[in-house]
Amino acid sequence: MLEIRNLHASVEGNEILKGINLTVKAGEVHAIMGPNGSGKSTLAQVLAGHDAYEITAGSVRFLDQDLLELPAEERARLGLFLAFQYPVEIPGISNAYFLQAALNEIRKSHNLPELDAMDFRELLNDKMELVAIDPRFAERPVNEGFSGGEKKRNEILQLAVLEPRLAILDETDSGLDIDALRIVSDGVNKLRSPERATILVTHYNRLLNYIVPDVIHVLVNGAIVRSGGKELALELEEKGYDFIREELVAP
Amino acid sequence: MGDTANETPGSQHEYAGTRVEQSTNELAELTSKDYQFGWVTDIEADTIPFGLTEDTIRLISDKKGEPEWMFEWRLKAYRHWLTLTEPSWANVTYPPIDYQALRYYSAPKSKPKLGSLDEVDPELLATFEKLGIPLEERKHLAGVAVDAVFDSISVATTHKDILAKKGIVFCSFSEAVREHPDLVRKYLGSVVPANDNFFAALNSAVFSDGSFCFIPKGVKCPMDLSTYFRINAAETGQFERTLIVAEEGASVNYLEGCTAPMRDENQLHAAVVELIALDNATINYSTVQNWYAGDVTGKGGIYNFVTKRGKCAGVNSKISWTQVETGSAITWKYPSCLLMGENSIGEFYSVAVSANYQQADTGTKMIHLAKNTKSTIISKTISSGHGNNSYRGEVKVMPKASNARNYTQCDSLLIGDQCGAHTFPYIEVHNTTSNVEHEASTSKISEDQLFYCKQRGIGTEDAISMIVNGYCKEVFEHLPMEFAVEASKLLSVSLEGSVG
Repeated sequence: MLEIRNLHASVEGNEILKGINLTVKAGEVHAIMGPNGSGKSTLAQVLAGHDAYEITAGSVRFLDQDLLELPAEERARLGLFLAFQYPVEIPGISNAYFLQAALNEIRKSHNLPELDAMDFRELLNDKMELVAIDPRFAERPVNEGFSGGEKKRNEILQLAVLEPRLAILDETDSGLDIDALRIVSDGVNKLRSPERATILVTHYNRLLNYIVPDVIHVLVNGAIVRSGGKELALELEEKGYDFIREELVAP
Repeated sequence: MGDTANETPGSQHEYAGTRVEQSTNELAELTSKDYQFGWVTDIEADTIPFGLTEDTIRLISDKKGEPEWMFEWRLKAYRHWLTLTEPSWANVTYPPIDYQALRYYSAPKSKPKLGSLDEVDPELLATFEKLGIPLEERKHLAGVAVDAVFDSISVATTHKDILAKKGIVFCSFSEAVREHPDLVRKYLGSVVPANDNFFAALNSAVFSDGSFCFIPKGVKCPMDLSTYFRINAAETGQFERTLIVAEEGASVNYLEGCTAPMRDENQLHAAVVELIALDNATINYSTVQNWYAGDVTGKGGIYNFVTKRGKCAGVNSKISWTQVETGSAITWKYPSCLLMGENSIGEFYSVAVSANYQQADTGTKMIHLAKNTKSTIISKTISSGHGNNSYRGEVKVMPKASNARNYTQCDSLLIGDQCGAHTFPYIEVHNTTSNVEHEASTSKISEDQLFYCKQRGIGTEDAISMIVNGYCKEVFEHLPMEFAVEASKLLSVSLEGSVG
């Protein structure tokens, strides 16, 4: 589904990603872990099409298309979803209105009829129940006045409504208390399916107690230095990221 | 400040004048916007020669068959106007206007006999139909009575009969002068005196038509009333007056719309609107102003120099102004409220857009003169391209206005790095029991917001339109439904191509 080959990206002349290789198949959940500043969020933003980053080398194929050729909105319509680390506020626009507009853009691009307000509301209600979100969320302006936890839950609601093929969750666990973490994880787990893939970008492995990944990658200094099964998380927990750094400098 | 031309802009009262400039890469580029109403109706017109003298005033008055008192009123205003100088305190720049190079009257030749739409020139009916304002009985806008003003005259007023059954008078100003002279004499100039300011004096001298509406005691107007202003003739100024009187316990919603052809030269529009609300009366006045704004280089467009003021004369009376200003090369306009009745309420909700080279200096005055008076000001400005937008507002609490309350919120939104937003609030309080609040914010459409929308599949133009509409929501909520939809569309058109 997603194939990243030797991806290099820089911002304002500083190279952040230094040759990423990563293959994600449908149905898989991958976790990308790494210390602060290793390039995890940059990878997420680059995949989503943020134009602050310059791609200097490499390729990314997503659902048999050259992802890097597409503007951000077309990547989204194709089925790539980024749950933001810092979700953005849009004052005066209700969640329901925003999500209906987004869903209809995606449906249009797949030649599906747009949903009217009634049909959409029905769908939204179902999804809010699925991810255990207060129905009053629908009428609140997008992320405005939301607590940190509410913003993250709202991202998961959007994920549930838009049903992307590939969901990238950027530090969705950061700033969540244990209850919120469980609710968010439950939401993500319910949305797992053989057609869909998920990339969890995270700093801590506590999220991985709730969402069990198939593969864990360790990103250090802009490159994936180790990949393994879920046992890798335990090793990281025990030894910290330093042991990998030490391995790297060792001859 | 505000509507008073002879005052300087009192910098001693000014506690915050801000100019903020936004700089972002993506939002910088500006392309053209399409103006949908820029065509000209080819119709034979009865125009008078260029220039303004006492003879011009006599000529206009004669053409309208006015009584002598009306002519005298005009003449007095004209003589006063001669003593005034054009105000220069507004934060706008334009070349000097040669008032002798304008034409002060132009009317379509086949003059309709008022009251019978069948006799309205089909070309005019077609014009208004094309503007989305059908005047023929069978096509009437549901629930809205329309007075259609074309250049210097009112060409048709719909639904007059239904309204007349309730004692409501809704007609052109000219007809009011003929048919209801006592009412006109009683209220004309009672809110905006002929000598109020430069443009009001000019209007008082040469105004050619407009709308008059009178809602008698205890009557709730059964439908919304509206006036649609269309400028068609070239090199002609439009000077119209609107006078609305709501007697004790009466209420009315009034809507105003405006468009003009695209022309390379600037055209002057100097209107006066007076509202009077007696005890327990309510007037809601909504404007969607879409005069031609000039092209992308700033060539052409309407100079919209307008004096609008309402008098809450009675106890518990309420006047609410809602305006969406998307058009005009220059807008100079401060719909205001004189809160003279106890417990009276004044409101001002405004969205003003300056795209391309548009300039707007707009706001309000809330003058609290009686006990327990309340006012609310919500001003939202949007600047893009090289647009320059100023909010100028005055809140004045006089000694007798115990427990007066004011809440003011001024927000500015910037799109691109060449535009400007300014805020000039003037607050003057002479009563210690009053409470005046002022909040101001400046924001821009951030790259983050755009990226967030795009990541959800929403394209740049739609994202901007959505973000701007969200920003304006507090104002649009106060517009009647159809107007809100129209305003929202206009906003999208105005800002089309405002990002590269």
